[in-house]
Amino acid sequence: MDPNIAHPQAGTGGGDAYHMMIKTLPLLSALGWRNLWRRPKRTFVILFAITLGVWFMIVSAGMMIGIIEQQVRDMIFNLTGHAQVHHPDYRDDPAIEHSMLLPSKKLQAVLNSAEVKQWSSRVRLPAVVMSERESRGVMLVGIEPLREQGLSFIGEPVVAGRALQSIDDNGIVIGRRMAEKLETQIGKRIVVMAQDKHGEVADRGFRIVGLYQAELEATETGYIFTGLSTAQKLLGMSEISEISLITENRDEIDSLVARLSAAEPQLATQSWTELEPLMVTALEVYDNFMIIWYLIIFAAMAFGLINTMLMSVFERTREIGLFQALGMRPSFIVIQVMIETLMLLLIGITLGNLAGWFTIDVIFADGIDLTQFARGLDAFQMSSIMTFQLEARDIVTINIMVIALGLLASLYPAAKAARYIPIEAITRT
Amino acid sequence: MSTVTLKKVCKTFGEGELAVHALKDVDLEIKAGGFLCLSGPSGSGKSTLLNMVGGLDRPTSGEITVADKRIDLMSKSELAEIRLHNIGFIFQAYNLIPVLTARENVEFVMQLQGIPTEERHQKSTNILREVGLEGLEDRKPLELSGGQQQRVAVARALVSEPALILADEPTANLDSTNAENLMNLLRHLNDDHKITFLISTHDKLVMSHARRLLKLHDGQIIDDIQQR
Ligand SMILES: Nc1ncnc2c1ncn2[C@@H]1O[C@H](COP(=O)(O)OP(=O)(O)OP(=O)(O)O)[C@@H](O)[C@H]1O
Ligand SMILES: [Mg+2]
Repeated sequence: MDPNIAHPQAGTGGGDAYHMMIKTLPLLSALGWRNLWRRPKRTFVILFAITLGVWFMIVSAGMMIGIIEQQVRDMIFNLTGHAQVHHPDYRDDPAIEHSMLLPSKKLQAVLNSAEVKQWSSRVRLPAVVMSERESRGVMLVGIEPLREQGLSFIGEPVVAGRALQSIDDNGIVIGRRMAEKLETQIGKRIVVMAQDKHGEVADRGFRIVGLYQAELEATETGYIFTGLSTAQKLLGMSEISEISLITENRDEIDSLVARLSAAEPQLATQSWTELEPLMVTALEVYDNFMIIWYLIIFAAMAFGLINTMLMSVFERTREIGLFQALGMRPSFIVIQVMIETLMLLLIGITLGNLAGWFTIDVIFADGIDLTQFARGLDAFQMSSIMTFQLEARDIVTINIMVIALGLLASLYPAAKAARYIPIEAITRT
Repeated sequence: MSTVTLKKVCKTFGEGELAVHALKDVDLEIKAGGFLCLSGPSGSGKSTLLNMVGGLDRPTSGEITVADKRIDLMSKSELAEIRLHNIGFIFQAYNLIPVLTARENVEFVMQLQGIPTEERHQKSTNILREVGLEGLEDRKPLELSGGQQQRVAVARALVSEPALILADEPTANLDSTNAENLMNLLRHLNDDHKITFLISTHDKLVMSHARRLLKLHDGQIIDDIQQR
């Protein structure tokens, strides 16, 4: 064997090739970076496309998540709360015989813990309400007015008349649209009929003291409110139908539900996700929709990206042939093209994130006021201020997806470059 | 013992009536430390032969052995590896990577070989001085003249002291003074470092430096002359 000839580590094992690649990274990165600026105009165009795509993903995600969150908040505020405690049969049949005793000391201890922001007891039973002209089936809800503040919409000021003031308040508050349906108004009397504890029909006249407004028409026509004690007296009961609560932080709901169940195992404690399975399904559908939405935007971006890289690689055919002639392995050529793409992606993503942040947190920090369209939106049960909302999780999803799929897309031009036959590449003019 | 062996090497471009037989049953043995010149009219197959030896293209038939390895049977990655460690190239025209400076072009191969920065820097400084490019290290190829570019390419081929250097018309873009300088440099490296050279050329000056002169015609070796 010729002593002059250096012997490459035959075949170069995997670990060795890996180390060689690490050592070569600075070279490959320098090549990638300088190649980007050979055609600054082209680089700016594709950077703009990536920035725009990422910006659009972030802003559209912020908008959609904002709308979804608003709906979740409305649902929670619509008497659901973050969790509820009931007699185990109440949810299947909300009848008076499925009531429960006032919360025990043990249960109260959990309800009064720091994680709970607000909780309240309610009587919530079916009844019939009659005005001089109409009668309708409703839910009669006896509340503790002060404790409903921050817990549900009924703790908020009413739109006409006055809100309930105490558990002994014997006025009644009905929905604005219910008043229209019953063809009655504030100050008039209505009669409420319901089955009492002994199975007899109890009835009593109430004076309408206030009208409330809710996000949903179904709520306004579905619930009438009076003081908790007043309702109990009417129905001859000392029990309650439900306890509703909200936590300081939604992450604490599950552990709190577990503690409540442990405190009163014979009662049914459920979080809002169990109480409103349809909403949970809707959220999952939204999540999947978002991924598809991202993919559609990405597809447009990837098209530009692949095209740019193909052009860039094609222009450098001879150079790539030279790389190979000088002993650069095809796999390193693939990596070089991918590094170049990664640089484009990282710059584009950074700019896109900044633009997205600026749009959401600076320009539209207070949300978009849709009041002028509010009449139309009312029908869709949307509030008139649309706020953007984004969580770290969504931003991470967007960024990781763009980088991962972007690199995947660059494999095609990269592999194409690596397949050039060196001499054909070099002699091409 | 030989560095390069060709046995019945044929290379045909195209097929059927359009087929061009660039090399026809070429047998050749190049001993280590040789200084060979390939001459012949345009289209006689000089570049093709060089490319076969460098593993830049594959023969249609026949065997090529470089450093005791059958390179005609190797994969692209293996060929790249052989070139990286054993073969230096100097091409006729397109030689340098445009985005890299003269020094970076020279260090390119060493960087692929994984040679540490310090050593690389020292070697590139020395070799650039040796080819007379001191002070021009940080220029990009476009900022250098044709002759200077050619010398950068020579420096790159020499710097890692490969066993074999293949040069395809290295003086084609040089004036006679520069060509003479280059040939003296190559001869000197051949003498001192025992690097084997295989050079294709039309240039009488280059031929005059050869120890062994091969004449190619229509893809066949028609003359094999030993000189001084
Ligand atoms: N890629 C190719 N496809 C088809 N024919 C080719 C190809 N490369 C070379 N040839 C042909 O092969 C023959 C030998 O070409 P080669 O380039 O080896 O000649 P050469 O001796 O180097 O000529 P020159 O002195 O002009 O460089 C020529 O007839 C040429 O046309
Ligand atoms: Mg030629």
